[in-house]
Amino acid sequence: MNHIIIGAGPAGVIAAETLRRLDSDDSIIVIGDEDETPYSRMALPYLLAENIGEDGTHLRHGADHYAAHGIRVLKGRVTAVDTGAKNVTLEGGDALSYDKLLIATGSHASRPPIAGMDLPGIENCWTLADARRIAERAKPGAKVVLMGAGFIGCIVLEALAARNVELTVIEMADRMLARMMDDAGAEMIRRWCEQKGVRVLIGTRVESIDNGEVGLRINIGGGEPVAADLVVCATGVAPNVGFLEGSGINTDLGVIVDDHLQSNVADVYAAGDVAQGPDFSTGQSEIHAIQPTASEHARIAAANMAGRSNRFDGSLSMNVLNTLGLITSSFGLWDGIENGERATVLDKKHFKYLRLEFDGDILVGALAIGLTQHVGVLRGLIQTRVKLGHWKRELLRDPHQAMSAYLGRTQGDTSPLVGATRAA
Amino acid sequence: MQKALLINPEKCTSCLQCELACSFEHEGVFNPAKSRIKVFEFEHGRRAIPYTCTQCDEAWCLHACPVEAITISPNTGAKEVNDNTCVGCKVCTIACPFGTVNYNADSGKVAKCDLCGGDPQCAEACPTGAITYVDANWTGYERMLESAVRAHPAA
Repeated sequence: MNHIIIGAGPAGVIAAETLRRLDSDDSIIVIGDEDETPYSRMALPYLLAENIGEDGTHLRHGADHYAAHGIRVLKGRVTAVDTGAKNVTLEGGDALSYDKLLIATGSHASRPPIAGMDLPGIENCWTLADARRIAERAKPGAKVVLMGAGFIGCIVLEALAARNVELTVIEMADRMLARMMDDAGAEMIRRWCEQKGVRVLIGTRVESIDNGEVGLRINIGGGEPVAADLVVCATGVAPNVGFLEGSGINTDLGVIVDDHLQSNVADVYAAGDVAQGPDFSTGQSEIHAIQPTASEHARIAAANMAGRSNRFDGSLSMNVLNTLGLITSSFGLWDGIENGERATVLDKKHFKYLRLEFDGDILVGALAIGLTQHVGVLRGLIQTRVKLGHWKRELLRDPHQAMSAYLGRTQGDTSPLVGATRAA
Repeated sequence: MQKALLINPEKCTSCLQCELACSFEHEGVFNPAKSRIKVFEFEHGRRAIPYTCTQCDEAWCLHACPVEAITISPNTGAKEVNDNTCVGCKVCTIACPFGTVNYNADSGKVAKCDLCGGDPQCAEACPTGAITYVDANWTGYERMLESAVRAHPAA
């Protein structure tokens, strides 16, 4: 059996390893188009903050990891997929045939259609090569403008601040983190950033960028232009599906996959940021573009490629973020449901916030700021659909009882409990 | 035969010796806030449940780690965090549905139970036998897992 995996990010690598574990003889080829050892984009901010070196971004450690697992990592760019002949064409013309194909091509950073966005000194923060260029310009004291204060923008914000640059954040929407935080939480994060010396302009549109007297000049709506030595663009990402045009593989925003991570074409699967698959909370087809989803997709797609039949319940949308030391997380339907119930505790002074959303006596979503202990249990409560019973009343009174509620509902019986290793 | 922490809440008096021992073993200080095992009190202190990582087979934390900083100890089977590799991204803390991986702002890394390399100090310190380290082949474990991880997908 020949497995071809397009994409050498987390989804591609985890799928390859899962395939190898399930079958020792199959041929497994991972095709990546960057000239790097497979690495994690998520680790780039920590590289920029100089907490780690480039090898610290690698997905796997040990020079012979892939060879030792019989996984061939091939540098190349796939330009077309022929699902009839079952092969992929590489840039340069070579074709490779497959029995099972996994599309794990991830996404690319997109830039808004603004005049001047192609000037030197404007970078995305998406690839290792981007990070190297940013590091060259983001020297202590340099004027840096960060465009976009979404999830990726806020992670990059933390890394840039660690480089002691003079930072201005410009966000078009009327709040930071529009997709993972409500108004109250976003306002708290903005206030925190400003207290830490970062200038944050929300509800502000960049109209054009041109060369100023020194460096770049960022022209904004309703205000004085902002000068910068470096502009980092974090305004969004888009799935890499362009090469699938004409292949017969259905795409919407990403590759549409079913609850087995298979596309509309037999033997063609997709995983990770490029896959538009079932969402645990809504049942709708969504792209989550988060590490846990990439990992779950990859393992389930690989199992199905290896001939098992593994059904996917859907991935839970969740995120965790450190903004200059303020830790924020979001889970599931954090904005609630129609006729649902809500419990909140907001402590503006101490930058703490917790919001829980219920459907009947089941937790369906949560937001947290300033919470680092047992935060994962919010996922546990949501994804096990634990009926909270009388614990719901407790949580409405004090949302911080989430861990106790989980224990009370799942381990409340009197029998002894074993918590640890099962014999392998 | 690998061993597991066996927790019997009926015997727990909430004395917090386990938390102190854990914090001292891992952080060098007697500070329950830094413990990787936590005693939860119920019914106004009449009942207590010591709780820590179950070293679950699903290993949500390990699979969610983007840089392979969490690996399985060949000796104990524990999922261990390698501090030199952990970048502090905290994804494991939201991925673990049991809430037993926590971020430590002082170190900038995450921390979880590592079974103290096979000599768990919480069990050592427990004066009542509420926490013991026993052969893992114990039927109670299956029951607990069943109640806790039912809805999670696993390849």
